[in-house]
Amino acid sequence: MTEVKDSINRRDFVKGGVRGGFLAGLGGLFGVLIGKTTKNHTVWQIDPEICIACGNCATHCVLEESAVKCVHAYAMCGYCDLCTGYLMPEAKELDTGAENELCPNGAIKRTFVEDPYYEYTIDESLCIGCGKCVKGCNAFGNGSLFLQVRHDRCLNCNECSIAAACPSGAYKRISADEPYLLKKVGHA
Amino acid sequence: MSSTLILILCGTALGVERFPPPDFESGYGLPQTTVPPARESVYEYADVAVLLAALSLSSYLVIRKRSRRAIFALMLFSLFYFGFWRKGCVCPIGAGQNIVLSVFDNGYAVPFVVVLVFLLPLVFTLFFGRTFCAAVCPLGAIQDLVVLKPITVPLWLESPLRLLAYLYLGAAVLLAATGSSFIICRYDPFVSFFRLSGNLNVVIIGACLLVTGVFVGRPYCRFLCPYGVILRQLSRVSKWRVTITPDDCINCRLCEDSCPFGAIRESTADWPRRDYNKSKTRLAILIILLPVLTLSGALATRAASGWLSRAHPTVRLADRIYLEESGKVADTTDASLAFRGSGRQIDELYTDASNIQSKIGLGSLILGVFIGLLIGLKLIKHSIRWHRVDYEAERASCLACGRCFDYCPREQIRLKKMEEGAKDSE
Repeated sequence: MTEVKDSINRRDFVKGGVRGGFLAGLGGLFGVLIGKTTKNHTVWQIDPEICIACGNCATHCVLEESAVKCVHAYAMCGYCDLCTGYLMPEAKELDTGAENELCPNGAIKRTFVEDPYYEYTIDESLCIGCGKCVKGCNAFGNGSLFLQVRHDRCLNCNECSIAAACPSGAYKRISADEPYLLKKVGHA
Repeated sequence: MSSTLILILCGTALGVERFPPPDFESGYGLPQTTVPPARESVYEYADVAVLLAALSLSSYLVIRKRSRRAIFALMLFSLFYFGFWRKGCVCPIGAGQNIVLSVFDNGYAVPFVVVLVFLLPLVFTLFFGRTFCAAVCPLGAIQDLVVLKPITVPLWLESPLRLLAYLYLGAAVLLAATGSSFIICRYDPFVSFFRLSGNLNVVIIGACLLVTGVFVGRPYCRFLCPYGVILRQLSRVSKWRVTITPDDCINCRLCEDSCPFGAIRESTADWPRRDYNKSKTRLAILIILLPVLTLSGALATRAASGWLSRAHPTVRLADRIYLEESGKVADTTDASLAFRGSGRQIDELYTDASNIQSKIGLGSLILGVFIGLLIGLKLIKHSIRWHRVDYEAERASCLACGRCFDYCPREQIRLKKMEEGAKDSE
């Protein structure tokens, strides 16, 4: 029998050529992209300076319980007795009665520190990220309450459903090694 | 009463801290704002390693081991790992959009992990065929589980349905390139099942696809998957391929109905001589029709570009602001309020929006030409008789699931011989 092993037919030759072309194309794409990549992966975060606390965060997350929660920059807080992030605008009493609280879930805890100051802490297991307190705090207070994506909960979807529904464009992809955009003192 | 008082107060204190933080005398220490860290990058690279391992194993199982049972086991693993454990993000199908956005938008740097996730299956497909679809893709896996009563989709229906995937890919690339949205992720039909929660409409689409999938094998993979479109083309020139049997086909026809995805093509009979002239005329007509189809495709998507551009938030916002400015609507939306609060100029917004619109207009023109050309070429392809002497798994459509192996008598003989060979050597 004659040796036919080395013979190559036309179809295989063309296929090999096209395959080489594709490989070169993928290599080229890789080369183009390599200059534009980041080493860390990215995560979604809310820029609190842009956020208008519209309430979409509570309803548009793919999770049953939104990954967005209210956080508190304590250094900015005025520790007011009459907290507009905590109390309803028409609150009858300045106390912890449910009818006086702005938070629909009672997630903000009000504790007495010293006269006339009260500390407000957020119970994340109750917070739904609706931003009602954020709106209240921004309107009349120091703006120390704001919404953030909590990365222990966030699934980091490639397209964040809340980002797609965000009316103010406050959602950003930021580097995963600094995954929060916290408010700082001096940004009232 | 109290609120009016505060109103007066804040009117005088805008721009500065309205209530200076108190100096505590009771020794109260400020609590720290907690910041639970994001997932470490090293885990992301671990996922890529798992992807690489799964692809390698899948290719080995399909090409060398040829065991449907092992492929199925790997498929289950992938379904649980990439699907239920990693919740389906980021997947190679969606990663393409990040790549496209990164190419077109200099402000967006794509994470290196995403580049790897996108490219690895492509490279594997170039060498081994669609082994990614076989046992690595969780979307394929969840559909593969429900293939119970597959019916044959005739080619005249299968081929046009496949156009949907090309359209989907085209629209996804266009919308990703212009930074409008990632529609592949938004309308990912099965990711809601992995997360056990999600948008109701998308859950319904997913459920419908799964029900359809009982009778029509893997409908998303075959007719919709935009990544599948790319894999089809690469698979055509793969170095190695799935064969029903590595030995010679004896044309016994036993494998004919084994493929639930309609990928097995029968041997071709001789071209009937009396049909020559008719076929030639048809081919000529189709070739002449090609530019007509291309043009009409362009016109069709040109008409749809206005609708497509509304996928971009800036265009939607500009539309809304225009309506409000011209007095056509009296109310406001959250978006328009946010815009007015941001202090940006309306003219600036209009310019941005019209830039985006013209980009999407150009893109949809290209998309239309592409789709028209594609329909024409598909018609031409189907009117040419291709020569096949064996029953074979068509390279582009074969999902490398390995179902056909067991149907082949030659394969049974081969396995028996191998078994005996193994015994003899003992």
